[in-house]
Amino acid sequence: MIRVVLPAHLRTLARIGGEVELRVAGQVTQRSVLDALEARYPMLRGTIRDHQNGRRRAFIRFFACEQDLSHEPPDSVLPDAVAAGTQPYLIVAAMAGG
Amino acid sequence: MRGVRVLVGTRKGAFVLCSDGKRARWDISGPYFGGWEIYHVKGSPADPDRLYASQSSGWSGQVIQRSDDGGATWEPVGNQFSYDGVPGTHQWYDGTPHPWEFARVWHLEPSLDDPDTVYAGVEDAGLFRSTDGGHQWEELPGLRGHDSASSWQPGAGGMCLHTIILDPHQPGRMFAAISAAGAFRSDDAGESWRPVNHGLRSEGIPDPDAEVGHCVHRLAMHASRPSVLYMQKHWDVMRSDDAGESWREVSGNLPTDFGFPIDVHAHEPDTVYVVPITSDAEHFPPRGKLRVYRSRTGGDEWEPLTRGLPQEHCYVNVLRDAMAVDCLDDCGIYFGTTGGQVYASADAGDSWTPIVRDLPAVLSVELQTLP
Repeated sequence: MIRVVLPAHLRTLARIGGEVELRVAGQVTQRSVLDALEARYPMLRGTIRDHQNGRRRAFIRFFACEQDLSHEPPDSVLPDAVAAGTQPYLIVAAMAGG
Repeated sequence: MRGVRVLVGTRKGAFVLCSDGKRARWDISGPYFGGWEIYHVKGSPADPDRLYASQSSGWSGQVIQRSDDGGATWEPVGNQFSYDGVPGTHQWYDGTPHPWEFARVWHLEPSLDDPDTVYAGVEDAGLFRSTDGGHQWEELPGLRGHDSASSWQPGAGGMCLHTIILDPHQPGRMFAAISAAGAFRSDDAGESWRPVNHGLRSEGIPDPDAEVGHCVHRLAMHASRPSVLYMQKHWDVMRSDDAGESWREVSGNLPTDFGFPIDVHAHEPDTVYVVPITSDAEHFPPRGKLRVYRSRTGGDEWEPLTRGLPQEHCYVNVLRDAMAVDCLDDCGIYFGTTGGQVYASADAGDSWTPIVRDLPAVLSVELQTLP
């Protein structure tokens, strides 16, 4: 199972208490994980990736295994530890005040 | 006994304030969607339990929420706002062409007779409609397809379509206002539009009498007399007696004619309310005195309403969508401030009381008069 951690405001929107566990068929990539996440929680569509072009929204980041994967191609394979579920895939809201 | 429900959108969530017909004691619930900007919340005239809310954030974009039980529970509905066809360009602040980009929904206007039909005014300025309760949104491209659209420019707050008014007597007639393009009218249910800005004069644009380019802050109409429109422009309070075909200034004796909201008494079509603000550089009341001004003559002659409002050291603003009226016999007037106060008057403005004092900055206030 793939473990996904969402920022607080998206957990509230999707009414998720903690981590999300997803089963992903085929290769485990950022795109396949996000597709599976949005399939289970349709209200998240457009809040992580732009509706029009599918790109990561500017103030959202993707981390895993202490790496910033935000600029990796969406179809590149995620680390084995994420695919194995020993490390979570982190969707992070950029820090900002106000 | 009849009651009222005040729907408040703020920088950090939505609040619902309820009272009976006396409007003396209030039940305050919220925040709903805490931490998100709620630009607007509005109820369906056809079904008071049906509410729509525009929820957005810089991180996660736009969400539309819908309630079917008067705001007790909410469900996210559709949030895909795709401009029709190739979006084209409008003018950017520096005068260069800039592609139309969706930023947020400023205003939601439910249909007068169908709870599942709702219009959305968005930034960059465009008009969308849903006919399935907010799940799917389609642009009405005739507005943005007007010949002048490539010349529209954003105001300091963005190029937003912030006002949508549906004519209750003439099916298909609707009005929209855009900062900083001006007022527009459709007579065919939004399929085609034309600017209705004749008589406006704006010194801040190259041609002060131009057909488009005016920074209209807000329009208001009384349902019983839809050919009369009132306008708070960037500067100037204006009135039209011919459904926008022509406008004349009715600022009269106002201490300043800069401001954002304007609204009309529920039962007196000639009684109008504005909140004068010092200037476009100083977005706070003159001399720190928060005053609503009321005209009982459809403009020109204005009286300050001060009882219960702070008359010293008050430097808040009242934004364009943050004033509303109820339909009870003694018409209630309501407005919210950027300081987080929501003031109510149960006597048409003669006296005011804060319902709540310490909300986040208020972006919008809407009223529902309940049976």
